[in-house]
Amino acid sequence: MTQSLTQPALSGHKGMARTILLRSHIWLFLLAACVFFSVVSPYFLTVNNLANVLTQSAFIGILAIGMTLVMINGEIDLSVGATLALACALAIGLHNGGASAPVAIAAALLAGTAMGLLNGSLVALSGMHSFVVTLGALIGIRGLVFVYTGGNALLVNDFEYTEIPEVYLGQISLTAMIFFALVLFFQWFLTSTRHGREAYAVGDNVEAARDAGIRVGRHKLINFTLCGFLAALSGVLLSMRLGTAEPQAGRSWELWAIIAVVLGGTRLKGGYGDMWRTLGGVLALAVVQNGLRLLNTPNYVELIVMGLVLLLALGLDRIMLLGTRKGE
Amino acid sequence: MIATLTTGDFIRRNGLIIAFAAILAIVALSAPTFLTVGNLLGVLRQIAIVGTIAVGVTFVVISGRLDLSVGSGLTFLSVLVVSQHNQIGPAGALAVTLCCGLLIGACNGFLVAYLRFDSLIATLAMLSLLQGVTIWYSGGANVNVADSTTWFSFFGRGSVLGIPAPVLLLVLGAAVAGFVLMRTRFGRAVFAVGGNETASIFSGIAAPRIVFATYLISGLATACAAIIMGSRVMGAQSTIGQGYELTVLAGIILGGTSLLGGYGSIWRTIVGVAMLGFIENGLILMGFPYYVQWLVTWAIVIMAVWIDLAAKRGRLLA
Repeated sequence: MTQSLTQPALSGHKGMARTILLRSHIWLFLLAACVFFSVVSPYFLTVNNLANVLTQSAFIGILAIGMTLVMINGEIDLSVGATLALACALAIGLHNGGASAPVAIAAALLAGTAMGLLNGSLVALSGMHSFVVTLGALIGIRGLVFVYTGGNALLVNDFEYTEIPEVYLGQISLTAMIFFALVLFFQWFLTSTRHGREAYAVGDNVEAARDAGIRVGRHKLINFTLCGFLAALSGVLLSMRLGTAEPQAGRSWELWAIIAVVLGGTRLKGGYGDMWRTLGGVLALAVVQNGLRLLNTPNYVELIVMGLVLLLALGLDRIMLLGTRKGE
Repeated sequence: MIATLTTGDFIRRNGLIIAFAAILAIVALSAPTFLTVGNLLGVLRQIAIVGTIAVGVTFVVISGRLDLSVGSGLTFLSVLVVSQHNQIGPAGALAVTLCCGLLIGACNGFLVAYLRFDSLIATLAMLSLLQGVTIWYSGGANVNVADSTTWFSFFGRGSVLGIPAPVLLLVLGAAVAGFVLMRTRFGRAVFAVGGNETASIFSGIAAPRIVFATYLISGLATACAAIIMGSRVMGAQSTIGQGYELTVLAGIILGGTSLLGGYGSIWRTIVGVAMLGFIENGLILMGFPYYVQWLVTWAIVIMAVWIDLAAKRGRLLA
């Protein structure tokens, strides 16, 4: 019934074509969206605009990489948006306070990593569901941001700080390059390291993974820590791009990251998914947002379209599951 | 056989009451103005909106699902009730709002119960959709009640025998909900579906129908909360309910209702929501900035759930 959900079975040529089609639905969707917006807007298919889309997608994208790791484990991290805000505020606050840029950045990354470590430890030690642990953290870490900033936006004094990411390869910004490098690295990490392969085992069947000798608690702790680090990295990059740290920065971005990951086809139940899917989901999200803005649609259209696309992705996922079950 | 009451059992049975009493005592000792009738009624008035939604969402959570759409739902329905009040008067506005609340619940319920979508993602999609619908409907502008002399103002601002109307509405709603959950066949079915869905189906319960109904209740509760909100503020804007889904869930979790389903109660939810309200009020009376309550909420939620879990399994660590 449910044992082979990890790798949908390929049964016959017709089944194979169908499976490939359904498995790569996010790339087909992305392609269709790009074609559609290229036709209806003269501004979409320009190097400038596409480079911009890549940069804009990187912030949610880096959050989504960490979320993918955690979600393959069958867990969830709702606190990434708050962690991003904490790193953003610390980087700018410490730099304004006299710390050099590298020191401020390192401290911000460390703080985010510590939050991830805290979440991971609580999940591993207490056996609480990560939804509860990170829901608490989502509220509490936002509190830390407000305590640190006093509820006010911080503006960076040193404008050279905002020029750090102004490095381009052709038109592609450093921020986008970091995002792609991380996608490549973590895809390699998932498929070619012991920890990565164990991630699927843990997400698929915790008890079996434990019996097979995987130290599940420690494994999850590592993934939550990575997730916290990546959220902090996204926060630091955001602080450089904006030059300000709003205490409400990244609010509800955890939801967008989850949407991007699910859109890509990674399953919330765990045991299934990869970084290519997440990359597809992140880019699809960014292209739809960008395209709708180029068309001058009011912003509610974007919210409604994203909701519908998400439901469509869920529907496709169900069809795929039913299709594979029939094939068995 | 004589049952021996271990420490774990004792904490599990009475932990919530002990924690609630402790928090009340700490707050009352640190802030002398806390224990005044005016302040207490003010806090109760404040928690009525979160409490009303939480009562509805408790059904969904006990059946083993989540509803993240209530914050957006509250926003949309508040905007709706205020604009409709200006157009068709209070009675029509109430009817339209309650119907739309049920409709939102029906959408969620259809997606989760019949299409069997994951409840977290499906209600997340509804969160986004409803946000969009709100801005489409209101144009993003604030709406205000044009004629504030109608009886519509009763729900948020009125009082009966000195007790604020929102509190009365919450108590009434909670009593009805508690009765339905604990004393009816439907209520027992909700527990059965949340406890073990497969077993519930084999014992003849139409699980999808039960889940669908829990979302209807959640939608209806959100509509009631929106009526209180609109009446209290005498207006609405497109961010008014933002983040309420999280406060609601925090209150439910604090009360000890399990997110895995099958366990929980209405009074636990009310105590959980009240605890959050009293902590917030106490910290502000003590002179802390409003955001300190978030740190305290974090610590208390983690501690409460961990202690509850530890008492159940008899060990602190997993």
